[in-house]
Amino acid sequence: MSGVRLLVGTRKGAFILTSDGKREQWKIDGPHFAGWEMYHLKGCPVAPNRLYASQSSGWFGQMIQRSDDGGQSWETVGNCFAYDGIPGTHQWYDGTQHPWEFKRVWHLEPSLTDPDTVYAGVEDAALFRSTDAGQTWTELSGLRDHETGPRWQPGAGGMCLHTILLDPSDPKRIFVAISAAGAFRTDDGGVTWKPINQGLRSEYIPDPKAEVGHCVHRLAMHPSRPNVLFMQKHWDVMRSNDAGESWHEVSGNLPSDFGFPIDVHAHEPETIYVVPIKSDAEHFPPEGKLRVYRSRTGGNEWEALTNGLPQSDCYVNVLRDAMAVDTLDSCGIYFGTTGGQVYASSDSGDSWNAIVRDLPAVLSVEVQTLP
Amino acid sequence: MIRVVLPTHLRILARVESEVELAIDGPVTLGAALDALESHYPMLRGAVRDHGTLRRRPFVRFFACEQDVSHAPLETLLPDTVANGEEPLLIVGAIAGG
Repeated sequence: MSGVRLLVGTRKGAFILTSDGKREQWKIDGPHFAGWEMYHLKGCPVAPNRLYASQSSGWFGQMIQRSDDGGQSWETVGNCFAYDGIPGTHQWYDGTQHPWEFKRVWHLEPSLTDPDTVYAGVEDAALFRSTDAGQTWTELSGLRDHETGPRWQPGAGGMCLHTILLDPSDPKRIFVAISAAGAFRTDDGGVTWKPINQGLRSEYIPDPKAEVGHCVHRLAMHPSRPNVLFMQKHWDVMRSNDAGESWHEVSGNLPSDFGFPIDVHAHEPETIYVVPIKSDAEHFPPEGKLRVYRSRTGGNEWEALTNGLPQSDCYVNVLRDAMAVDTLDSCGIYFGTTGGQVYASSDSGDSWNAIVRDLPAVLSVEVQTLP
Repeated sequence: MIRVVLPTHLRILARVESEVELAIDGPVTLGAALDALESHYPMLRGAVRDHGTLRRRPFVRFFACEQDVSHAPLETLLPDTVANGEEPLLIVGAIAGG
């Protein structure tokens, strides 16, 4: 019988949650690497028992872990992330120029075809690739060397490259997003990059329609339609029908269009999910009600999903990498909160249950659908 | 053999339960101790000091016989009681936060 495996990264370790295809009973395994910040864990699409994990500490730096048995055991692999050449400078919070400095890995994205190839999105913003299963890392420096690089600036959480989308129909096309520079695309395997931010409007920067400087929080894509992208921006939920060449707003009737994660239903490319957050100053749900919003029309028309979620006195946040969908029928939706809850829906969001309630603050949630 | 006490995070990373013992050929300097540690436990590379520059990470400290040797050059000889294993070299994560 098929099953699912959730990979949950938290402020104080990693947890692996497993269930059969019914998704009613869960086994919780962890903490792995107790005490360490586990920013992100992700499995290889072509070798599901191979997992990569980003492990970080303000004291002891960045580690990368790899498992070849679905998380039962781990091997520490390469953690040397050296920028290519002499790093230049980017804009600092006060408008001065500041040297690029590696801080941590926010996101790991394994290749869709090769289990030994994996991409890492890092802070300060850059994209690295390993082709030897994480032992060594090479920067795809064409991104950081883009002529707009000196104008990129950190968001409140740092200048992080947090989203990596691999186009399943074109191995040379990759989308990334950086806070607070915006979205970028390569069509030549990472050699050259172009900003894809036309149509974004951000009132918090001097030129609201600038080529770069937008605080993109997350991108999402359905694998069957890689030219259609969805974006949760600092404010605004956006959509592109042309691989990022242009964007238009689809916030519609959301109670707030601020938020972090955005995801797409596994079997319905026009069904998308967001978690509205009150504002950039108040990182919690509007009215203290934790609501996932679902649009079945690719945006603009949204419905609140509340069944099983706390509808009073709830003041948690849901971070950008903390939502995932499985590919079972019906589609499972999962998200984790800064309050340590991991919620699951096995019916496309109609109803929710807390798998676990008291983990450390959840940084990331990924799900693997297992045969 | 010298004895090295690691902070909790690094014990978890190195998968050891308590202090570690390391054999060192030649003078027992701070640098030789760190080299031996990273040689026996390669997963600690980058966690105590930078890969390239070998500079100590800012929130890591080295104590020996109640002396802070964090700022000492790598060629500094450790005290005899550390060199002969009577006392451990302590690697400490700085106390920070509330």
